[in-house]
Amino acid sequence: MSWAAVVLLGAAAYGLKATGLVALGHRVVDPRLLRLAALLPAALLPALVVVNTFAGDRRLVLDARAAGLAVAVVATWRRAPFVAVVGLAAATTALVRAV
Amino acid sequence: MDDAAADQSRLAKVRRDAWVLGAAVGVFGVSFGVLATAAGLSAAQACALSVLVFTGASQFAAVGVLAAGGSLASAFGSALLLAARNAAYGVAMAPTFAHRRLGRRLVAAQLVIDESTAMATAQPQGRLREAAFWSTGVAVFLCWNLGTIVGALAGDAIGDPRALGLDAAFPAGFVFLAVPHLRTRQGRVAAACGAAIALVLIPLAPAGVPIVAAALGVVPAILFARAPASERAADPDPDGVGR
Repeated sequence: MSWAAVVLLGAAAYGLKATGLVALGHRVVDPRLLRLAALLPAALLPALVVVNTFAGDRRLVLDARAAGLAVAVVATWRRAPFVAVVGLAAATTALVRAV
Repeated sequence: MDDAAADQSRLAKVRRDAWVLGAAVGVFGVSFGVLATAAGLSAAQACALSVLVFTGASQFAAVGVLAAGGSLASAFGSALLLAARNAAYGVAMAPTFAHRRLGRRLVAAQLVIDESTAMATAQPQGRLREAAFWSTGVAVFLCWNLGTIVGALAGDAIGDPRALGLDAAFPAGFVFLAVPHLRTRQGRVAAACGAAIALVLIPLAPAGVPIVAAALGVVPAILFARAPASERAADPDPDGVGR
């Protein structure tokens, strides 16, 4: 990732935050648009899970990451804190790779 | 107790909660620092992302896509689609800052994130809401960036990230972050469709494209899974840090 990309991403993220707060003031926005924006993470986060677990080089793969994901799902379901979920998943995957 | 005293004690509680939340986010920041450097960013770049972008899920998505071999364009696409909810939060916070000068609003804008909006909107409109926004925003900003510095320096010292299973840390983190979004039926439909779109596109499209395309998962959710009225208000704490 180049420095230009870092700065550009920062600028774009700031632009999104500032639109509502700085540009809008008291004007009313279509609530359907707000619900759409609020719903985007629900669709994107599971997609990130799938891609980061099952994507190989332009093909689907089942490797040690899947074991880590399974542990992460169980840990999250048992309401483990963030660090525990991530740590357990990484440890599981490392273990499966090592054996 | 008169109103002013009640306000004072409420404000003290908000400030305390803000730092508790900040501490949790700080630990999360350490993971970001470690994973960003594992994905090939320099420690300085990881820190710069946390200062400039300052929105956790987007930062994780950007480095996650890069770590999985995706293009810069798809890393940007997924990060910005996730950041789009901050625009909605900005709209929600606009009335609170409408009477403030432009300079102050420009600074406040950088702090418009899940946690600050959730803590602020839990307070009545007015001075308390603004105070909750600032104390949460500042506490989370400081802790997130401090955590990133620690994680980035530790991550630089780590050898092969795959040997430590750090590539599996990304999906694990995304599982955790997704949970609060699955509480509504619309959220669950969007999640199932998004995951299905990504899965189908992995062998068909270049890396990164499946994630950006998964945004279309919201379409069936909007069309076919009408939210009951009680679920319609945008959840101001979708990352669930305050759960």
